[in-house]
Amino acid sequence: MSVLEVKNVSIRYMMGDFKDIGLKEYVIRKLKHNYHIQEFWADKDITFSLEKGDMLGIIGTNGAGKSTLLKVISGIMEPTKGHVKREGNIAALLELASGFDKDLTVKENAYLRGAMLGYTRKFMDETYDKIIKFAELEDFQDRPFKQLSSGMKSRLAFAIASLVQPDILILDEVLSVGDGAFRKKSEAKMREIIQGGATTILVSHSIQQVVEMCNKVLWLDKGQQIAFGDTKILCELYQKYLDKKITLAQARGIF
Amino acid sequence: MFKKLRKYQFLFEELVKRDFKKKYKRTVLGMAWSILSPLLTLLVMKLVFTQFFGRNTPHYTTYLFCGNLVFSYFKESSDQGMQSLMGNAAIFTKVNIPKYLFLFSKNVQTLINFGLTLCVFFIFCILDHITFTWKFIFLLYPICFLVLFNIGIGLILSALFVFFRDIHYLWSVFTMLLMYMSAVFYTIDKYEPAMQNLFLLNPVYLFIRYFRKIVIEATVPTIWFHLLIIVDVIFVLGVGCWMYKKYNTKFLYYV
Repeated sequence: MSVLEVKNVSIRYMMGDFKDIGLKEYVIRKLKHNYHIQEFWADKDITFSLEKGDMLGIIGTNGAGKSTLLKVISGIMEPTKGHVKREGNIAALLELASGFDKDLTVKENAYLRGAMLGYTRKFMDETYDKIIKFAELEDFQDRPFKQLSSGMKSRLAFAIASLVQPDILILDEVLSVGDGAFRKKSEAKMREIIQGGATTILVSHSIQQVVEMCNKVLWLDKGQQIAFGDTKILCELYQKYLDKKITLAQARGIF
Repeated sequence: MFKKLRKYQFLFEELVKRDFKKKYKRTVLGMAWSILSPLLTLLVMKLVFTQFFGRNTPHYTTYLFCGNLVFSYFKESSDQGMQSLMGNAAIFTKVNIPKYLFLFSKNVQTLINFGLTLCVFFIFCILDHITFTWKFIFLLYPICFLVLFNIGIGLILSALFVFFRDIHYLWSVFTMLLMYMSAVFYTIDKYEPAMQNLFLLNPVYLFIRYFRKIVIEATVPTIWFHLLIIVDVIFVLGVGCWMYKKYNTKFLYYV
């Protein structure tokens, strides 16, 4: 019984004129038949499934369609084709540091973020001190958010987000936050969550991290699914590909 | 639906708090200003228009205030509502939460403003020697439906604003024209009956007229008048909800 099933998922973005043109311009271009839209497939025909307790690493160069895929899995976007089946509740930590409000204080932002992640007020009241301690922001609680460094922001975001106890956890580049010491702490915390039985999806540019933490890997390139399978073999291939020792076609052939 | 409300109650409260803090920037004057500004409009209108329309209109100050009260609430609600979705793009592209919450939160704020102005309105009624009758209870009807009407307009505008950014300018021109067509500072009895009926097509005028009927003339409008308001509100709300439903997962392509 798989917890997450992604079947033949394709996602199309529309590109071109429709963005940032106003209503007046839109009408005029429509009348002149000068209104152009291009399609862009961010992901094409992605298929994989995960069992309970699996940890999937998604690898691929920039623009491979990783973040888009995560948005579909988390339900923010709907796939243009194919379907996603999820069992249980899902928590997505995408691009952590964004979405905070720069005018609110650290404490207010923490509560707002907690609310967005679906926590209750009671839960936030109880765990707020823990969050601040974990993020090492005890002296900054009543500062406006804009005065914080980007590292601090990410630390807070991670501290709040890591409290979730979801069935499916989605992490986009979240483990690369903060300095070395904090990174260690956050990795330990992540392991704790995974050992709690959550099925996890991790996007990371650090192959080492993927090798250390994941048991399955999905390799994407320009929206195409290159391979899905065992971590060790795939990461080695991916490293070879990055070092330009093999081409994509070869990698596919070997796998 | 009810379960959903409970689930997002905490988030909704935090959003309202955030909007409140951002709007008034934690200042006392900020709050006072939101009452002062309609009062200033009232003062200017009173000074300028008394010469033209005030002589034959009984309780002209109250007459003006009815118009301003309704119109400024409508204008503020629609202006703020329009920005509500786009202003939270950083959030709804990362977290899967109901998008109408942003609009509702803004509407809570403008409703509070309206409530404060309404209190000032009643004080002015006393000063203007208006007799308070039991029929004032009926004011709840236009108030409730005005709130719903504003939510509907907000839904439509905020969705449109994501697609067409120049709606902002077009809307400000439109509201200005609408203001002149809503008989805020003049009376319509000089027009022919056919022309007078045309005013009934303007929902904002209906609300203003309702207020004046109750407060100044101490009469309850006909059942048809009530129905007309309901039809307008249902139409606007229906279109708004439909847009949100249809574009729920498509908004993020446009930001």
